[in-house]
Amino acid sequence: MGYARRWPRREHDPKVRRRHQPLARRLQLSFPSESMDEIVKDFLIESHENLDRLDQELVKLESAPSSTDLLASVFRTIHTIKGSCGFLGFGKLERLAHAGENLLAKLRDGELALSGEITSSLLAMVDAVRRMLQAIESSGQDGDQDYAALIERMAKLQEEPASRNEAPDSSPAATESVQAGNAANAARQPDPRFGAVPGNEDLADASKIGGVLLERGQIRPEDLALALQQQEMGRKKIGEILVAQGAVHPDDVASAQRTLEARNPAAAVETIRIGVNLLDRLMNLVGELVLARNQLLQFSNRLHDASFQAVSQRMNLIATELQEEVMKTRMQPIGTVWNKLPRTVRDIALSCGKEVRLEMKGQDTELDRTIIEAIKDPLTHLVRNSIDHGIELPEQRRQAGKETAGVVKLRAFHEGGQVNIEISDDGAGLNRERILQKAVERGLVSAQQAARMSDRDIDNLIFLPGVSTAEKVSNVSGRGVGMDVVKTNMEKIGGTVDVQSMAGKGTTIRVKIPLTLAIIPALMVTSGGERFAIPQVSLLELVRLEGGEADQGMEMVHGAPVYRLRGRLLPLVYLNRQLHLAPASAPGATAGSAANIVVVQADGREFGLVVDEITDTEEIVVKPLGKQLKGLTAYSGATIMGDGRVALILDILGLAQRAGVISESRGSGLHKNGKEKAECTSAEESRANHQTVLVVECGEQGRMAIPLSLVARLEEFPNAAIEWVGPQEVMQYRGRIIPLIRLSRRLTGGDAAAGAADRVQVVVYSEGGRSVGLVVDRILDIVDETLSLEHTGRRRGVLGSTVIQKRVTDLLDVPSVVRDAIPGFVEQPTGFS
Amino acid sequence: MAASQQFCTFFLGGHFFGTPVPQVQEVIQYQEMTRVPLAPEVVSGMINLRGQIVPAIDLRKRLGLPDRPPGEQPMNVVVRANEGAVSLLVDEIGDVIEVAEEMLESPPETLAGFAREVIEGVYKLPGCLLLALDTERAVDGTKLGPPPSYAPGPRENS
Repeated sequence: MGYARRWPRREHDPKVRRRHQPLARRLQLSFPSESMDEIVKDFLIESHENLDRLDQELVKLESAPSSTDLLASVFRTIHTIKGSCGFLGFGKLERLAHAGENLLAKLRDGELALSGEITSSLLAMVDAVRRMLQAIESSGQDGDQDYAALIERMAKLQEEPASRNEAPDSSPAATESVQAGNAANAARQPDPRFGAVPGNEDLADASKIGGVLLERGQIRPEDLALALQQQEMGRKKIGEILVAQGAVHPDDVASAQRTLEARNPAAAVETIRIGVNLLDRLMNLVGELVLARNQLLQFSNRLHDASFQAVSQRMNLIATELQEEVMKTRMQPIGTVWNKLPRTVRDIALSCGKEVRLEMKGQDTELDRTIIEAIKDPLTHLVRNSIDHGIELPEQRRQAGKETAGVVKLRAFHEGGQVNIEISDDGAGLNRERILQKAVERGLVSAQQAARMSDRDIDNLIFLPGVSTAEKVSNVSGRGVGMDVVKTNMEKIGGTVDVQSMAGKGTTIRVKIPLTLAIIPALMVTSGGERFAIPQVSLLELVRLEGGEADQGMEMVHGAPVYRLRGRLLPLVYLNRQLHLAPASAPGATAGSAANIVVVQADGREFGLVVDEITDTEEIVVKPLGKQLKGLTAYSGATIMGDGRVALILDILGLAQRAGVISESRGSGLHKNGKEKAECTSAEESRANHQTVLVVECGEQGRMAIPLSLVARLEEFPNAAIEWVGPQEVMQYRGRIIPLIRLSRRLTGGDAAAGAADRVQVVVYSEGGRSVGLVVDRILDIVDETLSLEHTGRRRGVLGSTVIQKRVTDLLDVPSVVRDAIPGFVEQPTGFS
Repeated sequence: MAASQQFCTFFLGGHFFGTPVPQVQEVIQYQEMTRVPLAPEVVSGMINLRGQIVPAIDLRKRLGLPDRPPGEQPMNVVVRANEGAVSLLVDEIGDVIEVAEEMLESPPETLAGFAREVIEGVYKLPGCLLLALDTERAVDGTKLGPPPSYAPGPRENS
């Protein structure tokens, strides 16, 4: 309904009960001054919330049928709905709620015992009420269905022989009056059980004035019951009625009122409803404030005015705090999504003939509301899958030596700036044979690939479209469309999904999602002189091709440019062409003939985006594009950079569709899609043995590789920056003096490149707090490859040779070179495995 | 006195335009803009208005007037439209003036179709004519026209 909920959601919290008051009070007091529409709107909002709670409570009640608290709460909720809709003139809705109330009254009074059938009919009533509310919302009327059958069914259930264990003394008179159709009044008949049973929903409530008076013994329960009855008709304050009845002295009422206020001074201001758009607006304003603050701080640093600086410092702190607090207003506990699950679980379990217990941990874990919205459906799907596919039938479970009731566990927690959600079941685990068979059948993996795949890879195949583990298609699942949609949806919001399974023990699905969508990490690139942000989520790797490589590496297949990335053909998309920007840089610009390829993925397809330059990664604040530009699918939004200028955020999916890398209709691309994915998986598998190395060129030695893990930084200095300390070349670097080692001289004894260029390229190597600069002729590339080391004769400072990018490359033994050149440099492992 | 209205006035290619004051959020100096490739031609770019990203519409293009001479920097008239704040790029800002309703006349029939769409009426002021701009129409996203058609650029070596 577009409203944020910001109150604690604890079941037995007395505050929750008090929330019934406002609407009822408004109905009584402020009706004339308020339009009917407003009241109906409030009624709808409040009733939807009440129904959600009813779902949970009824399911809970089924497992704890003797909980009088729960029963009372359920009864109260139905009663509230009935009362309000009676007043608003929704007759059909009132009749239905009334029938439910009668049934509940019997349960509450112990005349009936809760059965599965009663719960089902009550849940059916909740659904019917929900449908009627929808009808009211859309047409203002409570619909044309009167649910006579359901009312009949509930009336029948009422008649059933009561289990006498709890209510042996129910008087015939009371029963009669219940059948006459007024459960609420029946309960209010003076009754000896009154004090003990929290029967009447208002009676013993210590947060109300009657409850306080009762507690103090200043009135009798009968008096209160009578007064409440009068209140319902006359709509006067309970205290006034009691005084009028002569049941209590006015002073006592006044003192009880004071007690009440003292008990909970904030009762009236606990929560208010705020439209989400207001919160969003607030968020935007805070963003502006933060920008203004930044400018102010810069100004104050220039001004050197002590008192102005003090003020701007304070302003700084306040703005920061304000930003945090406003961010919090958008956060909602994940419990708001989970609350619906118990009901879902019950329904699915029932329809599958399974017994399932749902356990939830970490309901308080908070997430931005846009994300809450986005994960709602995928989560429900995952839980549904766990029950339908994971949990076995009770008979099978017994044979496997498990409890007949399966357990589905939900766990949410914060970790590393992300929210983790786990959905685990203790079912049979994934049937890997079947998954593989399905995947091969569908041509998603080849038979050879299948033979090589690890268990983990196989498990993750369930996220491919068309793979289902269900033996047969049910109305719940098994059509093989679910999991890939779940994965796509999660990826859309920057999340990841992973599955782990143990045969016979169960399956766990782990979902990781960012806390907020408002701020995302992104890679900044330029193309045709414009800056663009690429969300990190779609990013796979960066490839830079220099000079001749750029010409050789990019080939054409029927006019479509491709690049060979580790043996695979990567389709290339030129960003400037897609966006009709000026072709690359003007002749003679620094970029030269180098090409930068940003390897991205969208909808499971990888492609290379050719850009002019790759600048940096940054955390950016996502802002929407104006409505004038909403038709542009190439962008997902815009952001403001540090220099105050606007940069567009690229929508990789939209761009891919534009460029025709992926077809717009998902269906036709499925086949290819899957194959591509399967290849990715095997590529990822072998990536485990990969090492990332920096490839450099140095003199006669040719190409050398240095493990990237040993490289602290890559720098470029003018030759003039090199100074001498005795025989040692040194350089000032970040306020320190670091020795330089000329690699080509060190390795070959020659002096190939000294003085040849006016700038030197330096690989900075640090360890034990000391740094050393390795001067190379040229930094070529950073590659990620499997290194099969071959010892091609022992040479100084070289561990061996390997083939990198189809060329023989020596692996540099950095620590030994450093030890050799600078005696006394700390001992260090080689860095090669 | 007859009903009157306040207008924020500005100049565009020698013409005198006005937009009702209540619709104007603010008037600001030229701001650096970020071009939006593929966007309709009248959208010159996006500006950062105190943290809010606002599209800038070139009124000269919208009205079918010749392009602004190079080197001249436009001013931003930020208006509140149904679709959010939008900046209108104009040549120069005039005064806020009050005009009587009775001076209003509907635009001449001979007005070219393009401009006719966004000019609500003409106020006959002593000495000059004030063209009243229909702000809402001027910034209507659906009427901004197709993206500019580019001849496919020369292909780079690949």
